[in-house]
Amino acid sequence: MNLKSILSPGLMAAMWIVASTVVQLGAQAVRAEDGPKFSRDVLPILSKHCFACHGPDASKREAELRLDVEEEAKRAREGSASIVPGDLAKSKAVDRIVSKDPDYMMPPPDFDRPLTAEQVETLKKWIAAGAPWGKHWSFEPLPTPQAAAALKIDDPQQIDHFVDASLKRAGLERSPKASAHTRLRRVWLDLVGLPPTPEQADAFAADDSPENYVRAVDELLAMPQFGEHWARVWLDLARYADTKGYEKDLGRSIWPYRDWVIKALNDDMPLDRFTEKQLAGDLLPEPTQDDLIATAFHRNTMSNDEGGTDDEEFRITAVKDRVDTTMQVWMGLTMGCAKCHSHKYDPITMEDYYRFYAVFNQTEDADRPNDAPTLTVLTEDRKSDREKLEEVREAAESALANAEQQSLSASDAASSWIFPKVTQSCADGGAKLELGPDGSLTATGPHPDRDVYQIELDVPAGRYAAVRIEAIPTRLPGARGVNAKRGVGRSAKDRNFVLSELNAFKLVEGQAPPAIAFGEAKSDFAQEGWPVAAAVDGKTETGWAVSPQADQRHAAVFAFAETLDVQQPTTLRFTMSQQYGGGLTMLKFRISFTAKSIDESELFSEAPAVAEARKQVQAAEEKLNAFDAATPAVPIMRELAGDKQRETRMHVRGNFLEPGDAVKPALLTAFHAQREGMPANRLGAARWLTDIDNPLTARVFANRVWARLFGIGIVETEEDFGALGSAPSDPELLDWLAVNYRDQGWSLKKLLRTIVLSETYQQSSRTSPTTKEKDPRNVLVGRGSRYRLPAEVVRDQALKVSGLLSMKQFGPPVMPPQPSGLWRSTYNGQKWIDAENEDRRRRSLYTYWKRTTPYPSLTTFDAGSREVCQIRRISTNTPLQALVTLNDPVFLEAAGGLARKMSMSPGTSIEHLQFGMRSVLVRPVSAAEVEPLEALRVAALADFAKRPEEAIAFCKSGRLEIREGESAVELAAWMTVSNAMLNLDEFLTRN
Amino acid sequence: MNHLEQQWAAAESIKQATRRHFLNGCGLGLGAAAMAALMDRSAPAAEPIAAASSDKPPMFAPRAKRVIYLHMAGSPSQLELFEHKPELNKRSGEECPQSFLEGKRFAFIKGVPKILGGQFSFEQCGKSGQWISELLPHFKGVVDETCVIRTVSTDQFNHAPAQLFVHTGAPRIGSPSLGSWVTYGLGSFNENLPGFVVLLSGGKTPDAGKSLWGSGFLPSVYQGVQCRTTGDPVLFLSDPPGMGRSLRREVLDTIGKMNDREYQQSGDDETMTRIAQYELAYRMQMAVPEAMDLSREPQHILDLYGAKPGYVSPAESADDPRVLYKKDDPTFANNCLLARRLIESGVRFVQLYDWGWDHHGSSPGESVDETLPIKCGQTDRAIAGLITDLRQRGLLDETLIIWGGEFGRTPMMQNNVRSEMKKGFIGRDHHPFAYTMWLAGGGIKGGLAYGQTDEFGYYPIEKPVTIRDLQATILHVLGLDPYKFHYKYQGLDNRLIGPTEEGKVLRDILA
Repeated sequence: MNLKSILSPGLMAAMWIVASTVVQLGAQAVRAEDGPKFSRDVLPILSKHCFACHGPDASKREAELRLDVEEEAKRAREGSASIVPGDLAKSKAVDRIVSKDPDYMMPPPDFDRPLTAEQVETLKKWIAAGAPWGKHWSFEPLPTPQAAAALKIDDPQQIDHFVDASLKRAGLERSPKASAHTRLRRVWLDLVGLPPTPEQADAFAADDSPENYVRAVDELLAMPQFGEHWARVWLDLARYADTKGYEKDLGRSIWPYRDWVIKALNDDMPLDRFTEKQLAGDLLPEPTQDDLIATAFHRNTMSNDEGGTDDEEFRITAVKDRVDTTMQVWMGLTMGCAKCHSHKYDPITMEDYYRFYAVFNQTEDADRPNDAPTLTVLTEDRKSDREKLEEVREAAESALANAEQQSLSASDAASSWIFPKVTQSCADGGAKLELGPDGSLTATGPHPDRDVYQIELDVPAGRYAAVRIEAIPTRLPGARGVNAKRGVGRSAKDRNFVLSELNAFKLVEGQAPPAIAFGEAKSDFAQEGWPVAAAVDGKTETGWAVSPQADQRHAAVFAFAETLDVQQPTTLRFTMSQQYGGGLTMLKFRISFTAKSIDESELFSEAPAVAEARKQVQAAEEKLNAFDAATPAVPIMRELAGDKQRETRMHVRGNFLEPGDAVKPALLTAFHAQREGMPANRLGAARWLTDIDNPLTARVFANRVWARLFGIGIVETEEDFGALGSAPSDPELLDWLAVNYRDQGWSLKKLLRTIVLSETYQQSSRTSPTTKEKDPRNVLVGRGSRYRLPAEVVRDQALKVSGLLSMKQFGPPVMPPQPSGLWRSTYNGQKWIDAENEDRRRRSLYTYWKRTTPYPSLTTFDAGSREVCQIRRISTNTPLQALVTLNDPVFLEAAGGLARKMSMSPGTSIEHLQFGMRSVLVRPVSAAEVEPLEALRVAALADFAKRPEEAIAFCKSGRLEIREGESAVELAAWMTVSNAMLNLDEFLTRN
Repeated sequence: MNHLEQQWAAAESIKQATRRHFLNGCGLGLGAAAMAALMDRSAPAAEPIAAASSDKPPMFAPRAKRVIYLHMAGSPSQLELFEHKPELNKRSGEECPQSFLEGKRFAFIKGVPKILGGQFSFEQCGKSGQWISELLPHFKGVVDETCVIRTVSTDQFNHAPAQLFVHTGAPRIGSPSLGSWVTYGLGSFNENLPGFVVLLSGGKTPDAGKSLWGSGFLPSVYQGVQCRTTGDPVLFLSDPPGMGRSLRREVLDTIGKMNDREYQQSGDDETMTRIAQYELAYRMQMAVPEAMDLSREPQHILDLYGAKPGYVSPAESADDPRVLYKKDDPTFANNCLLARRLIESGVRFVQLYDWGWDHHGSSPGESVDETLPIKCGQTDRAIAGLITDLRQRGLLDETLIIWGGEFGRTPMMQNNVRSEMKKGFIGRDHHPFAYTMWLAGGGIKGGLAYGQTDEFGYYPIEKPVTIRDLQATILHVLGLDPYKFHYKYQGLDNRLIGPTEEGKVLRDILA
C-alpha cells in the first residue's frame, strides 16, 4: 500500500520527509560535488515556496515581481534586484529569506510554507555561483538523435550501468538474478498478463541461457495476448467504458475502439501514428474505417442524458476533458487549473488553455442522446448475414399480411358488422387519410405530435346499437430496418397510439350537427391505466392505448347511448381526437357498425393461421434485432465544416456562461514550436505532441512503461511532470529510456524488450534489513519489484491456472457473474445477465464496464470507474479483496476447476497437492511445502464427511461436477484446498 | 514543540492506546510477528491494517466523533417543509416577478411561471418556536435538538453535479466524498467494520451514482462500503454454501501459515498486511451481519423508528419505484435504525441516500402535493426516532446528523407540461439560490433557526450559507481544520473546501 497516502495528515507530513530523503539520496551525493543545479535543486524550491505569488498567474502576483522568468527576477527595480548574480549582499531576495521579521521575511509566515535552513543555503550557494538559469527539468530538451548515437540505445546493459551508479551513491548494490521460474513467470505476467504453464517454466529452466531468455521474451511480444494486456493500461488512460456515465449511464457500443487498441498494440504501431490516428484519424487524407474507429479515443468522454440538462454545458465539459486528458496522457501536465486562472506553477496561462481548447472545440458531437456522429461498423460477411435475415423477415411479413387479409375477409363476411362508405376524411394536424379497398383508412403525410381525424360516413338505413373501431397493424410507409416493424401507431419510436376522445355527430343540413352520445365500451385489449372507456369520458387527458401490444390488431366497440335509428341514408361524422403528444396517433383503422348489442357483438375473430404467421414474424424480428444490437455504431470524431466552425471564447472563472475574449486555436506557447506549415487543428496537435523536439512525451511514456514493470515510476507522480510533481529518482536513466523509445521508431515492444532484457529487471526481489532500511520502497531498484497484481490479472490468472480461461478475442463486452441487484441506475432499464457460455470466462478486459457500477471484483482491486482519465492506480490491500478471492463465484469456479485438475492428476495426495501448487505458482513445490495443505485437506474431508449434503452444495458453488463413482466429500475437500491456494500471497503477487 | 511535533506526540499516544486495545481484544489467530508488524507504524513500509480502520488523531479537540448524513436525493421542497411564507401564499397564482427570471437557468421551467404558495400548513413548535410544516409531525417533537439552516445556496442546478458538489466539494467526478475525507482524517473505532458505510433506499441509486461515496484521489480503502439490506450486506461477505465456519477458519489458518512462510522468504511487509486483512475479513463476516441484524432490536425501539426487520419493499426492485411508494414503507426507517447500530458499533461515518424527492409534478409519482407527503411519511418518524434514540443512549452529543438535498425547489410552479394546477401534478423546479438543510447533535446548537430568506423564499436576506461554509463547519466540528486538512494529488494540496478560502466555519451555530 502506498504509505504516505494512508496516514493522517500529521503523520503524513512527517513521513513525506522520510520518503523524499530517500528519493533524493542520489541527488544529494552529487550536490556535494558540483553545487546546486537550477532545475534539480533550485527550481523546486522556487516553485513550492515562491511561485504562488511570484509566478505565472498574473492575477495573484504580488509586488509585480516574477521569479519564474529570469529577466524579471534579475531586473533592477528601484535600484536593487531580487537576484544579483554572484552578489549575495545586493540580492534583495537573500535579505528577505534570511530575515526573521514577520512583516519582512519571505515566504511570509501566513503562507505556511517556510524555507528550511538547508533550502536557504542552497539558494545562497546558487546565487553566489552566478545564479545560472535553466528550465524545469522535464522541459529541458532530450539529446538529439545525432547526440544520442553515443548512448548505445539498444543495449540493455546501459540500464544496469545507470542503476549501479545510483545504488553505489546510496551504498547499495544490485541483487542477484532471480530463479529461472520466477523470471519466466514475471516476464509473462508483465508482457501478456498471464502466467506460463509449469511445463513451459520447466523447459525454460532446463536451458537458462541469456539466448533462451531472449527467445522467450520475443515469443511473448509476438503473442496475441500481448495487445490485450497492454490495452488494459491504455484503456485506463482513454477512460474507455461501455456506458455513457452520469445519471442515466446508458450503454454505448464503442467496443470496436477497444479492439482497435489491442490490434494496434499487437502490431506495435509506432507512437506517432498511434497518436495521430486517435487524436485526428478523421483528418488524415482518405481515412480508413480503422482510422475513424481510432478517433473514438476522445469520444470516450461521458455524455449526459439527464432530463433538463443543457447539452452545450456537457459538450463543453467533454471538450475540456479531451484537453485535460491529452495533456495528461502525452505531456504529463495538469491543465485543470488553467480553466479558471493561469497555472500557478507551470507555464500555462488561461489564454494558452483556451487556445488549445479551441483546437478541440471544432468537432460535431454535442452531447446528443444518440452519441452522433457515429460509424456503423459492419464487416462484409456480416452485411450479407444481415441481408439474409432481412429476407426471412420480409417473407414472414408478407405471409402474415396474406393471412390477415384472408382472416379479415372471412371474419367480415361471417360477422354482423357493416362497413359504411367513407365519403370524406381529413386530419386537423395535416395528415392525409387514404382509403383502402377494405374500407380502412391509413394516415400518411405530415405527422404532428397531436392530431384529430375527421371521418364522414354514409350510413344506410337501419338500427345500430354500436360502432367499432379497428386498429390494424402495418408497416410505416417507406420505413426500413428496425423502423419497419409493424404497428398500429404512426411513431417509429413507439408504435402505440392514444385515442383520447371519440365523438360522433349527425350531419343535418342547415343546423349545427347534434352530437351522438356513447354508453358502454369494450375492447379486446387496453394498456394499464388507459382503458377503452376513457376514449368516451369527455376528457382529452385520458384515453385508450394498447402498449405493449402495439404490433397486434385491436378493436374497440362503443355502444350508442340510445340505439341509432336511421330511417334513410344519413351522413355521420366521427372525430378521433389523439392528444397524448409525441406523435402517438393511429396509422390504419376501420369504422363499422352493428345492430347487435355491445354484449353480443363480436370484437373480431382471427384465424389460427394469423397467430402462427405472427409468431414467425416475431421470431424473424427478434433475430434481426439481436443482430442489430450486436452491430456497433461507434461514436467518432468529425470536424465541423469550415463555415460551421465554432468561435471559442475564454470562460471567465471557468464558467461557460460567462464568455470572455475570443481566442484562435493554437498549441501551447511555452513549449517547442510547431513545424512550419502544420495546421492549428487536432492533426497539428498530434504531430506536435510526438515531435522530436518535444521532451515531455518521450519521457512521460518511458516513465509510464517503467512504472508498469517496476510498480513505481522513475518519476513517481506519473500524472505530473510539472513543477509540483516529484523529481525523477534517476534523471539520466529516464532520459536514456526516453531516447531509446523515441529513436527506435517509437516502438513500445522494443522499449519493453530493452528493459526486460536488463539485469536490473531480472533481479531477485528478496529484501534484507539493509536494503529495507536504506531504500524501503525500492526506488533505486536494487532488487526485483514485488507487488500485488493488477485487478484484471488477478482474475485472469485464477481462470487460467484452473484451466477455465477462454482465449477468445475481441467483440462485444461480456457479463461474467456478478451479485444480483447491483445495477440501479435511475431511469435505466438495462440489466446484467450472467453469461452461461464461454463469455463467463473471458479475459477481464472484455467485461462490460458500466461507469456508475463497474464490475465489483475489479474495482475492489483498484480499477477505477473510467469516468475520467486515470493515469495510475494506487494499489491497496484491503479485507474486501480477501472476500473477493475467497467468495466471488468467479474464484469459486476457478477453485472448482483446479480441484478437478488436481483430482485427476496421478499419484498420492501429496503429489496431487504438489501438482496443484505447481499449477498455481508455476515453480517446483516440495512435499514439505504442501504439508499445511494436506492437513487442511484431511480436516476438510473429516468436516464434509459429517455433512455430505454440504459437500455437494460446496462443489455446486464452484460448478464442480460430481461424476459417476466420485465422492462429493473428496471433491469438496480438493476444492477447499484449491480455494486456499488461489488466495496465497505468492499467487496474488508479481514477484 | 513545533506544530508537527505536537501532532506526532498526539499520534503516538493514540497509537499506544489503539495497540493495547488491539492486543487485548482483537487478536484472533494472529501470530506474534504479524501483530508486531501490524502495530508498528513507525517502520515506513510496514503499513498497518487497512488504514480506514485505525483510530487516528483529530487536528484539534472534536465536538463530534461520528456522522450520520441523511441525503434526500432529488431535493425536497423547503417551501412545504421548513419555509413558512405567508406572502408567497397570498400571491399564489400570480405571475412570477421578472427579476426572478432574468439571467437564470432552470431545468424545466419555461416562459413566465406562476407563483406557487406552500401546499401545507405550518405551526410554531418547540421552545425555540420554529415554524415547521404539518408534514413533519414527529420532527416537531425534536425541533429543539436541531439547527435549521434556511439559507443554503449551491452553484449547481442539475442533480448529479449538485450532489457531487455537496458531497465531494467539486461538481465533477473524481474528488473524495465527505465520508472518505472523514475516515481518512479520523479512521474508524472498530477494527472489524468498515469506517464509512452507505445505505440506500427509495428504489434507485442517487443520480450521481457511486461517485458520491467514492474515494476520488484518496486511496480506495477510504471509499464508502455500500451495505445492502438484501443479499450479502457487503459484497462476497458470505461464505459459499457448504463452507462451514470452522472449515473457513482452517482455510484461513492454512493461508496464514503459508503466507507467513512466504514472508520469511521475501521479507515483503505487504505480505504481513495481507495476513492481517484476511483476519479482518474473517471478523467482518461475523461483525457486519451482526450490526446489520435489526431483529436484535426490541419492539419499542422498532416502533420508535417505524422499522420492520427483514422487510423488502417492492419499490426497491421496480423499474419506476415512485408509483409504488407507500407512506408506511419502512425501508428508510430500517436504514435509520441500522445507522444507529453501525454508529454504536464504531463506524465513523454512515451515509443514507433516500431517492425519490425530485418533485417536478410533470409525471405520476413526483408531485409536491401527493408524493412529498408520502416521502415525509416514510422518513419523518424515523428521523425523529433516530434523534430521540441517540439522545437516550447518550450518543447524540458526539454524533453529528446532517439532513438535506442537493438544492431546493422554486417558489414558482413548474409549467413545462401543464400550467394549470392539477391534483397529483403540482410541482416545483430546481432552486439553487436558497434552500434548507439542518444539522443536529455533536457540537451543534439545538433549537436554532439560522438565516432568513426573502418573502418568497427566493434569496437569502440574512446570514447566507454556502456549501463551502457547511463543509468547513462539518470538518471543524469533527476536529479537522478545514483549511489545513488536505491531501496531495497532482501536485496540489487538495481540500474538501476547494482551493479558495471562501468557505467559513459557521461559528454561530456551534454549541
